[in-house]
Amino acid sequence: MSTLARYRLLTAALLLILGGCATMQPYDYSNYYAHPPRSILVLPPLNESTAVEGTYSYLSTVTQPLAELGYYVYPVAVIDQYLKANGMPTAGEMHQIPLARIAEIIGADAVLYVDLKQYGSKFQVVSSNAIVTVTAQLVDTRTATVLWAGSATAQNNSNSNNSGSFLAQLLAAALVQAINSKVDVSHGVCRQANAQLFYPEGRGLPYGPYSPRHIAK
Amino acid sequence: MRIAAALAAALLVGGCATQPNLYAWGRYEDLIYTTYASPGSMPPERQVEALEQDYQQARANNQRMPPGWHAHLGYLYSELGKPDQARQELQTEKAEFPESAVFVDRLLANLSKS
Repeated sequence: MSTLARYRLLTAALLLILGGCATMQPYDYSNYYAHPPRSILVLPPLNESTAVEGTYSYLSTVTQPLAELGYYVYPVAVIDQYLKANGMPTAGEMHQIPLARIAEIIGADAVLYVDLKQYGSKFQVVSSNAIVTVTAQLVDTRTATVLWAGSATAQNNSNSNNSGSFLAQLLAAALVQAINSKVDVSHGVCRQANAQLFYPEGRGLPYGPYSPRHIAK
Repeated sequence: MRIAAALAAALLVGGCATQPNLYAWGRYEDLIYTTYASPGSMPPERQVEALEQDYQQARANNQRMPPGWHAHLGYLYSELGKPDQARQELQTEKAEFPESAVFVDRLLANLSKS
């Protein structure tokens, strides 16, 4: 094999390896690096799903991924209670607070606005799916610039055993559905959705200042 | 060639590998979830107890508590009518994470008023 051929083969292999973790199209981070945030305020998500419980189920999974990326994340429950006590009982009202007011009252560099598009179980004859779809926008409180945006869908397909009769499968699926809805499998699926949302290299959120992997640009 | 192969191997391992956590999470997010999912099932007293246990364990392992954690605990103490402990936790939040100052000062001011 010629050196060039070897080189090409290696390049192809590298691309394959990189492709395994990374993405389709590169994300433009210029807005992000023009105003890199230290602190992020996460408001309760707008909930477009039919499951009311989705709002706080999601909210209680979002601090860990952001903090582990190296950002200061305001205490989500305290913020929620504080805003409720100050006349904003719903996520919809919280999302309407002017950015300048957020900077003044809370001091956050950026706000993460999350939209919960889908949340919950779908019973599909012989299997039941817990599905979570989110879109998110990180907005700079000083300039109103969108620093980063992303979306993700995750699902937990609890496909009951494929062997056995159709009726048995149907019963098993219904049983799994009943168990799942009690423990709310979708809550765990939120964490999978967040991993897909924030962590992919080249498309996710860059490391923040508290991370040893943070790169100042 | 050998260097390139080593680089490829490093990328393969490093690209997807998980990093050790920056913080000790304990039951922080689980308690938030429980509070909203089944209100009243976990009264503030028991939450404080659980969080203080997590804190002791983190200290024993030489780990930091996550951002917002001390403010959250301070908030629970204020719910329980313990302003001194609440104040102490809020001050700790501010000392550990200066980004919290504007919001924490607001909470401290509210605490002095009540």
